[in-house]
Amino acid sequence: MTTLTAGAQRVRTVVTVQRSWLLLGVLVLWVLLWAVLRGQDTLALARADLTDFQTWLNDLDDRLRGTWLLDVTGVISDALDGLLTFLRELVSTPAFPRPVPEIGWLGVLSIATWVAYAIAGWKHALLTAASFAAFGLLGYWEESMDLLVVTFTAVAVCLLIGIPLAVWMGRSQRVTSAITPVLDLTQTMPAFVYLLPLTLLFGIGPPAAVVVTVIYALAPVIRIGAHGIRSVSPTVLEAAASMGTNRWQVLRKVQLPMARRTIIVGVNQTVMAALSMATIAALIAAPGLGEEVVVALGSLAVGTAFVAGLAIVVMAVMLDRVTTAASERSEQLARQTTVHPRRRVVLLAGTGALALVGVYLSRYYTYFAEFPDNPDLGTPLGNAVDDASIYIQDNWFNVTKGIADAVSNGLINPLEALIADSPWYLTSAALLMISAVLGGLRSAITTAVCLGVILATGLWQDSMVTLATTLVAIVLVMVLALIFGLIIARNSRADSVIRPILDAAQVMPPFVYLVPALGLFLATRFTAIVAAVIFAAPVAIKLVADGIKNVSPTTVEAAESAGSSRWQVISKVQLPMARTGIGLAANQGLLYVFSMVVIGGLVGAGGLGYLVVSGFSQAQLFGKGLAAGIAIVALAIMLDRMTQHANIRAGQR
Amino acid sequence: MSTTAEHEASPRLSDGESVPDAALSVRGLWKVFGPKGDEIVGSPEADLPRPELLARTGCTVAVKDVSFDVAPSEVFVVMGLSGSGKSTLVRCLTRLIEPSAGDVLLDGEDVRKMSESRLRELRRTHVSMVFQHFGLLPHRQVIDNVAYGLEIRGVSKKERHAKAQEMVDLVGLTGNEHSYPDQLSGGMQQRVGLARALAVDPTVMLFDEPFSALDPLIRRGMQNEVIRLHEEVGKTMVFITHDLQEALKLGDRILIMRDGAVVQIGSPAEVVARPADDYVRDFVSDVHRSAVLTLRYVMREPLPDDSSEGPIMSPDTIVRQAARVALASAHPLRVVYDDILIGIVDNDALLRVVVAEES
Repeated sequence: MTTLTAGAQRVRTVVTVQRSWLLLGVLVLWVLLWAVLRGQDTLALARADLTDFQTWLNDLDDRLRGTWLLDVTGVISDALDGLLTFLRELVSTPAFPRPVPEIGWLGVLSIATWVAYAIAGWKHALLTAASFAAFGLLGYWEESMDLLVVTFTAVAVCLLIGIPLAVWMGRSQRVTSAITPVLDLTQTMPAFVYLLPLTLLFGIGPPAAVVVTVIYALAPVIRIGAHGIRSVSPTVLEAAASMGTNRWQVLRKVQLPMARRTIIVGVNQTVMAALSMATIAALIAAPGLGEEVVVALGSLAVGTAFVAGLAIVVMAVMLDRVTTAASERSEQLARQTTVHPRRRVVLLAGTGALALVGVYLSRYYTYFAEFPDNPDLGTPLGNAVDDASIYIQDNWFNVTKGIADAVSNGLINPLEALIADSPWYLTSAALLMISAVLGGLRSAITTAVCLGVILATGLWQDSMVTLATTLVAIVLVMVLALIFGLIIARNSRADSVIRPILDAAQVMPPFVYLVPALGLFLATRFTAIVAAVIFAAPVAIKLVADGIKNVSPTTVEAAESAGSSRWQVISKVQLPMARTGIGLAANQGLLYVFSMVVIGGLVGAGGLGYLVVSGFSQAQLFGKGLAAGIAIVALAIMLDRMTQHANIRAGQR
Repeated sequence: MSTTAEHEASPRLSDGESVPDAALSVRGLWKVFGPKGDEIVGSPEADLPRPELLARTGCTVAVKDVSFDVAPSEVFVVMGLSGSGKSTLVRCLTRLIEPSAGDVLLDGEDVRKMSESRLRELRRTHVSMVFQHFGLLPHRQVIDNVAYGLEIRGVSKKERHAKAQEMVDLVGLTGNEHSYPDQLSGGMQQRVGLARALAVDPTVMLFDEPFSALDPLIRRGMQNEVIRLHEEVGKTMVFITHDLQEALKLGDRILIMRDGAVVQIGSPAEVVARPADDYVRDFVSDVHRSAVLTLRYVMREPLPDDSSEGPIMSPDTIVRQAARVALASAHPLRVVYDDILIGIVDNDALLRVVVAEES
């Protein structure tokens, strides 16, 4: 028995060693062949050139015109448009014949504060009031309201569709296995790629923005809600059944109350996803703060982008805190432990009346209807940021440029040269072999299909540029993740300091990360990489830290008692045992990085993201942008599957 | 032997015919888990050892041709080790698990032929169950947990709370009505489970290892609680356990299960005195026999020259209780049933039972 195990061990070691040698071999061969063949068959396509496929996509618009599909989407679009107009006239845009919205800033602020008080308690009510005040003080009241309107309309639709689906999924295994792959796919896609195809169906404008936001934000509430329903203890369900509870009673009296907290967590995630998508949807003319950021980024107005971005950050923090607190409080409220129910009713009625007074004032006094221009925090803040940015570029130029050049010359250029300047067949072969070595046959098959799709889009070289950028960013992310992950996992004080920062960072819509990166590095490839690294690092760090923390303390203790040094404990026990966690971090980090690299097209990242952006702005490039979207999907699936299969194989060892 | 058999506390049952007034009657009940499990029932494959059957067909026979009757107000204990099928058996009784074959008669009505709604009615009013892991609703106060069965039946809030309060008092939880389950100890949570089961005023109560998750000391208290409640409310009870002591303590009769099949059905004393096979013998070998055995199982046939001056006792007297009297008397105990002398107990026989457990 022992000899057998030892034998198996040896075989495994041989396999492991062989795998790294194989990888190295593939790389060396790739570099050697590249040296000979570089520049040939790179399938480069000039900016204005179109392939037949792309032209066909360009004409898709005409072909769809007059079909039943557009009739259906037209109805949806009109309904949403009506709803949005109504809501916007209520809180953000002038409601004819009034020169101001139906409810002015004081009214909205009062109602929002009251709602936060009702669901999340008075501390969060204060936070909400302060946040709404901040929107106005920063000079973006109307834009903030527009963003909230788009976000909450989308959230409402998400809940309307999502909660019944979550219940259905939670109660049926068959529905679960039917829906899960769809949800997986929607969550793998970068937010960006939904935009162009949807404009085909819904045009551009607020309704399309809502639809795209719904699609993006639907998955969390379904997935988490279903998980909540499914997690209800089987003993309780059996006990309920044994007492003659019918299906509807089980749902109403057992499953929904017991899953309430988890469902609200799902709502929180959906709200945050909706906010981040509603910002990006500015690219298809969603009104609100996102638009301000896009315009400012486009004109490299760092200060303006920063102030608008700050308003988004404030909104994100507020929404996250309030919904998280609501989930935590839901239990207490149901138990009526904090406040006596009758007292609560009185308090809510009293504060509600106060809020209505606010609404009344805001309807009849201009000062409370339109947010006053003074005091204005936004303009000085924007100027200060502009000054700082100019100062940094003037005085620290060598430093920022040095960093940018070092990464560019050391990592980006060589990698991009290897991946994008090799003939397509060489890169394909190399990627296939790497995929096979890392993830096995199934991974290799997916890779082959995805590469085929990319070739078909006619955007091979742009895709390879994007791939190279992504790989550079993920390398940086993983370096950060390992360093900080280890620090957090091994030091609880560091954990308590760093983790809240990471949590907050994860809440931000990806868009806002472009702003500081732009301020430091202007519009270059490197800016997108910096933004991607900042965006992806928090999730990767947390996953690595959790992986290391989950290593059994007994094993660590055993290693320490055997006289291992700190480094030996890390390298021989903690890191190897946290392999799955690290793999997961790489997988998630990669998807985050990728989605950001694509958005980076806005600030000079080039590649596929840039093509998508051009697709919005130039009609004749619409098809090309659409093709770029398809290539992005293919790349995302390829990277996701490759890392997932590699992780599964690593876990099996 | 023949003399004792006539005076069994409960009648022995033969397969096929049920006792007319039984509260619960089970005939040839099968449960086979796995693909096409129903086809295994009664086939020669059913007699294969479990691992072999699993390998060959992917099926597991959880309950195998089980028959028994439970008299009204009887405490009937089903005992077996984990995997013996006892929990599946109790769930088949109200079709929480659908049986593969056989009949379950509750007050003469066939449970297996019931429609969905009739079955729900049965569960709401007729049979209630207490679970090993309590199965309480964590988001409801004790009082609302206890009232749950009445609530889903549509009883008004006032009425069901009154009834629930009665039950809370009955199980000794007065003062905890407005606590939530997670604020109670395990033993108290199970009292809530008991109260909930009692609140619907069922005729039959099913207990699925209700005390296995509790500490030994609390377990003993809860067992006494069940005995007390049984004396007060007199419900028919089917009690599942893997603990022989618990079975002997609570059961009027015990059904011993192994690999899904019945090994033996009998009173506690009978199971200890006359184990059906080595499996049961092994099981009961650690039992304090003097606390379980009755004189019926230690007496011998009376002989003409036996002393007629010894103290008189019933055949159902437990050995330990008889020992003191017997040892104080110079004459052997006389066992009398219906004014007929049916046996004599020598001091030797008593000592053998008492001393055997010392060694």
